[in-house]
Amino acid sequence: MTDDHVDYKRRRMLTIATSGLGVVGGAALLVPFAGSMVPSEKAKAAGAPVKVDISKLETGQQLTVEWRGKPVWIIRRSQEALDFLPSMVDLLVDPASEKQQQPGYAQNEYRSIKQEILVLVGICTHLGCSPKYRSELVASTDGAFFCACHGSRFDLAGRVYSNVPAPTNLVVPPHMYLSDSEILIGSDEGAA
Amino acid sequence: MSFNDWFNDRLPVAQVVKDHLTEYYAPKNFNFWYFFGSLAMVVLVLQIVTGILLAMNYKPDADLAFASVEYIMRDVWGGWFVRYMHSTGSSFFFIVIYLHMFRGLMYGSYKNPRELIWIFGMIIYIAMMATAFFGYLLPWGQMSYWGAQVIVNLFETLPIIGGTLSEWIRGDYVISDITLNRFYAFHYLIPFILVALVYLHILALHQVGSNNPDGIEIKKGPKGNRWSKDAPADGVPFHPYFTVKDVMGLVVFLGLFFAVVFFVPELGGYFIEQPNFEPANPLKTPEHIAPVWYFTPYYAILRAVPSFAGTQVWGVLAMGAAIVVFFFLPWLDRSPVKSVRYKGPLTRMFLIIFAITFLVLGWLGTLAPTLEYTAMAQFLTVVYFLFFLLMPCYSGTGDNLGFSGFLLFVVSLLLVLSGLYIWWVQTPNLAMSMKWIYSIASVVLLFWFGFKPGWIKADPVKPVPERVTG
Repeated sequence: MTDDHVDYKRRRMLTIATSGLGVVGGAALLVPFAGSMVPSEKAKAAGAPVKVDISKLETGQQLTVEWRGKPVWIIRRSQEALDFLPSMVDLLVDPASEKQQQPGYAQNEYRSIKQEILVLVGICTHLGCSPKYRSELVASTDGAFFCACHGSRFDLAGRVYSNVPAPTNLVVPPHMYLSDSEILIGSDEGAA
Repeated sequence: MSFNDWFNDRLPVAQVVKDHLTEYYAPKNFNFWYFFGSLAMVVLVLQIVTGILLAMNYKPDADLAFASVEYIMRDVWGGWFVRYMHSTGSSFFFIVIYLHMFRGLMYGSYKNPRELIWIFGMIIYIAMMATAFFGYLLPWGQMSYWGAQVIVNLFETLPIIGGTLSEWIRGDYVISDITLNRFYAFHYLIPFILVALVYLHILALHQVGSNNPDGIEIKKGPKGNRWSKDAPADGVPFHPYFTVKDVMGLVVFLGLFFAVVFFVPELGGYFIEQPNFEPANPLKTPEHIAPVWYFTPYYAILRAVPSFAGTQVWGVLAMGAAIVVFFFLPWLDRSPVKSVRYKGPLTRMFLIIFAITFLVLGWLGTLAPTLEYTAMAQFLTVVYFLFFLLMPCYSGTGDNLGFSGFLLFVVSLLLVLSGLYIWWVQTPNLAMSMKWIYSIASVVLLFWFGFKPGWIKADPVKPVPERVTG
C-alpha cells in the first residue's frame, strides 16, 4: 500500500472526533467519581425521620433528640412564657418569621403547630454551635436561648435578637403529630 | 566507558545537578530572609515523613480516631515524638511560609518576570491551608469537630448551591464518620500535590533566576565570575555557597523547632487547642471556637463583616477575597523598582501598615468578639483591602491610571463608606472615640494613599545601583 496521498482534512476530522469523544468519556467518568461523594444510603438512612414520645414532657422541660446528627429540641412552654412572647417584638430581627426558617405550618406567632410545644433544630444560625436553653429566663428579655460561641440570643420561639451575630431565627424542622403524644421529626408528609 | 557516563547517558542526573545546584548562579547578596524557601521544603519533607509514620497507627473512624491518637501518644514507641513533630511542624510550616511571603512583598519578588513563581506560590499556600484544615479534623476532638463544622458551614452560606455543596463536602448532613474518612484521604493526598507544585515553583524560579534584596536582575548585569565567563558577575553557585548558608539557617531553625516539640508542644493552646483533648461531641459546643492561629487573620475578616440582607455570605466572600487578592499583586504594583530599599516612602509605609494589620487581625481572630474587638477588626479589614486596591495609585509614578485605576479607587471608596456606615449606623453602642478614630483613619488612608492630584509628587523612588550591594 502506498501513502503518497494523505487526506489532511479527513485526518484532522478523525483526530478531532476521537479526542472529542475521549473528552466526553473522561467527563462522563466525573459523574460517578463526584457522585460517590454525595451522602450515601447509610447517611440518608441516618437522616430518616425520628419518632418522639412527648407524653412524659413536663411544662418547661426540654427534650433533646438527634436527627441527622443534629440536636433537635422539644420544649413544652408554659402559658406564662407564651403570653410573654408578643412583648419581645421590638428586640427581634424577624418577629413575624417572614424568612423561611420554618415550614409554612409553623409560620405563626409561636412558631409551632401546637402553641405550647416548640420544636427547634438546636444549631445556631451563625456558624453552627449549639445554644443553651435557659429555662429560668423563659419570661425575660435576656433571651431563653444563648449561644456561648459568639453571643447570639434567641427568644422562646427561637427568634433571633437584633445586633447579634446570627442573622436568622433558629430552624424549625419539618415535623408532624402522629398522635397527641407522638411527634415525627424530619417528615411532614401531606401537611404543608 | 565509566559507570557514570553509562548512567548519565540514560538518565541525566549530572546535568540536573549542574543546572539547579552547582551551576545555578544565585545572587551573592541573599540575606536572612532567603532562609525560608529552603526551610519550607525541609518542613514539607518532615511533615510527609512524620505523617506517614502516624498513618501507620491512626484509624480514620469516628469511634476509634480519638483513642488511636491517644494510643500513638502513650503506647507507640516514640509515638508522642512523631506526633508532636507533626503538629508543631504544621505551625512552623505556616510561620516559615508567612516569612517567605513577606520576603516576596518586601523585595518585589512577585514582579515581572516572576509572576508565575508568585502564582504557583499562592496555589501552594492554598493547598497548604486545605491540608491543614483536613488534618485538623483527624484527632476527632471537640475543636476538630466544631472547627470543621464552622468551616464547612461557610460553604453553606453560598446562594443556591450552598446546601448541596456542603453536603457533598461532608458526604453527610453533619460532620460524621463519613466526613472524617474522606478528610483523611484528602489529608494524605494533598501533600504529594504540594510536592509537585513546589517542583513547578522552583522550575519557574530557575527559569528566570532568583530575585535579591536589591531587586536587581543579575542576569542582565555584567557577565563573568570565578567559575564561568558566561555566568552573571553577581552570582555564585547555589551549591556549595547557599547550601552551606541554608544548613546554618536549618540548624537554628531546628533548635527552635525542637525546643517547642520537647518543652511546649501545645504552645499555650496556640499550636494544639485545649478543647481538642476532649473527644468530639455533636450535641455540645465548646465555649469559644477559634481556628488554629495561622487561619485567624482570615477568620477575623470573616467575623468582621456583618450579615446583610439576611445572609452571612458577605463575610465568606470577604474572606475569600482576602486570599484571592494576593494573586493580583504582580499587576497591582506599578512601581518601577522591585525592592523596598529603593521604593518611595508611601509604598514602604503601607507595607509596614499591612504587616501590622495582618498580625493584629490574627490576634483578634483568636479572641471572642466583643463590640470593641469587632469594630477594630472591621477597621483593619478596610486597611487590609486598601493596601491592595490602592497599590496602583500609591506605588505608581503619578502617571494616568486609566479606567482600571479609577475603578479600584471607586471600590476603595465604597469599602470605606461601608465601614463608616457600619460604625455610625449599625453599631450604636460603640464608643464615640472609636467611631471617630476609625472613621478619620480610614478616610485619611484612602486619600493619602489613593488620591494623586497633579500637584502631589509621585511616590519618589531612589536610584537603583547597577550592581548588587553588600
